[in-house]
Amino acid sequence: MASVTYDHVWKKFGDFVALNDLNIHIEDKEFLVLVGPSGCGKTTALRCLAGLEEVTDGQVKIGDRVVNDVPPKDRDIAMVFQSYALYPHMTVFDNMAFGLKLRKVPKQEIQRRVEEAAAILGIEHLLKRKPRELSGGQRQRVAVGRAIVREPKVFLFDEPLSNLDAKLRVQTRAEISKLHQRLQTTFIYVTHDQVEAMTMATRIAVMNKGILQQLDTPQNLYDKPANLFVAGFIGSPSMNFFPAHLRKDGNDLFVDTGDFAVKIPEDRVKTYAPFAGREVIFGIRPEDIHNPQFAPPGIHAASVECKVDVTELMGNEIFLYMVSGKHNFVARVDPRTRFHIGDKVQLVFNMDNFHLFDPASDRENPVAIR
Amino acid sequence: MFFNNLLSGKEIRFRDASGNEITRKGNNLGGAFLNSIAVAVPSTIIPILIAAFAAYGFAWLNFPGRKLLFTLVVALLVVPLQIALVPILRDYTQLNLNGTYLAMWLAHTGFGLPLAVYLLFNYIGSLPRDILESAFIDGASHFTIFTRLILPLSIPALASFAIFQFLWVWNDYLVALVFLGDQNRVVTSALAAMVGEKGQDWHLLTSGAFVSMILPLTVFFALQRYFVRGLMAGSVKG
Repeated sequence: MASVTYDHVWKKFGDFVALNDLNIHIEDKEFLVLVGPSGCGKTTALRCLAGLEEVTDGQVKIGDRVVNDVPPKDRDIAMVFQSYALYPHMTVFDNMAFGLKLRKVPKQEIQRRVEEAAAILGIEHLLKRKPRELSGGQRQRVAVGRAIVREPKVFLFDEPLSNLDAKLRVQTRAEISKLHQRLQTTFIYVTHDQVEAMTMATRIAVMNKGILQQLDTPQNLYDKPANLFVAGFIGSPSMNFFPAHLRKDGNDLFVDTGDFAVKIPEDRVKTYAPFAGREVIFGIRPEDIHNPQFAPPGIHAASVECKVDVTELMGNEIFLYMVSGKHNFVARVDPRTRFHIGDKVQLVFNMDNFHLFDPASDRENPVAIR
Repeated sequence: MFFNNLLSGKEIRFRDASGNEITRKGNNLGGAFLNSIAVAVPSTIIPILIAAFAAYGFAWLNFPGRKLLFTLVVALLVVPLQIALVPILRDYTQLNLNGTYLAMWLAHTGFGLPLAVYLLFNYIGSLPRDILESAFIDGASHFTIFTRLILPLSIPALASFAIFQFLWVWNDYLVALVFLGDQNRVVTSALAAMVGEKGQDWHLLTSGAFVSMILPLTVFFALQRYFVRGLMAGSVKG
């Protein structure tokens, strides 16, 4: 059990900067998920911690110990690989015992730990089999078991669920969460799947292009994205963005996209008043756009006229792809909604949950206005 | 008794069609077989071991000049061994190695290594990186990884190269002729000697050559079961 710290960590591959001044402090017993699109540096960050890559600059600490020059085997970590990386010529038992044998753990102790881990994962009956005789889900468990028997200070997971089918993934996700509660150890988990991140993490680090975008709890990440990238990355379907103009009208503020204008509720006017008259990017999540018939009561609703382009029935909800003038957006509405393609309809935006971003702050990745 | 003496090179007697008793000396093919085995087995194992180590190094270790060294080794593939015969023979004469098994082992090791390194490099280099990294985290050293993971996983490649090398050494005549000559005659030299000065005994050569196939065939069938498909199955995604 230990905390983990990335202290101004840089990693360069030639000219390519994989990690750009990464600073993360991970508390003991925390379940931190590193999430981002492929190539964002999340796996590199994990490999630097595992000791499989050397950092170019900065310090990686496990507990209070700087581990930059410590070989992987002495870092007291265990890693579960995306490909599982089982040893194909060894039985499940030998796979799990390999690390312990190398550390000269007494035989009975090895036996005990392997059996204990196998019991936790429900793979006791597989111990004598070879990896090729196992299904994908079972292999994945063996890979996790191999990590558990080591009783490491930190568990590292590199997209361990991405080779499983959808149903098994959901099930295993819950099991890994349970495992975290049971083992009470620091977990660091890399994934590109924001659903995995949201469901398992105590905190999420969103990365893009080697830069940490935001490090926060899942709820805060969803409610208060720090910038346009995080806003677009978290949530599915992703947030709708409209380039807009912030117009002041008496005491009221309006977000004017050119095709429609929505009024900002009074309690938030103060926050945005300094930006009056400037260009902004208006963001609203599909789940905050409602069919007026089924809109929840008590919200600050703003009506917008638009045309239905495509409808997708998901069973428990409907995704509406809408067009309003030159703007396209997605709405996630009540399944009782009966709209047809080409219909001109009114939808309401829930103005309690919208986001404004300041394009002047950063051209590529505007920062949220708070 | 008859066959024993025939194969071991002792005298044999038999009656021909007209009833004359004929005495002949056997060709000692049995001895030649043993000599061939004594040459071929170490000449197969030594280069494989060296090449496996080298291939692991070239594939998975980072050291300066790795690419250049590997290119050099592969480039040696195009050098015909004939050009090395005379210089090596001179060195052997100085070292008093001519006619010994050691001379043959060294020569075949040298001639076989480039191909062995190249073949094994291709195989070992294609083993999944994750497995090695996982072993590193588990606490394995390079040597442990080599002996506990790389060697067992490379058995198909090792077996196929073993067959190549064994066949090549077994069938080799030139290298044996130059470095062994008439001492410790191997099968190929013994067969060549059977034809006789005037080429009168071709029937002996052909039947002897047929018999000499026994061992390569045995080796092939013994090793072919290691060409199991999917030895890597189950280790990584799939």
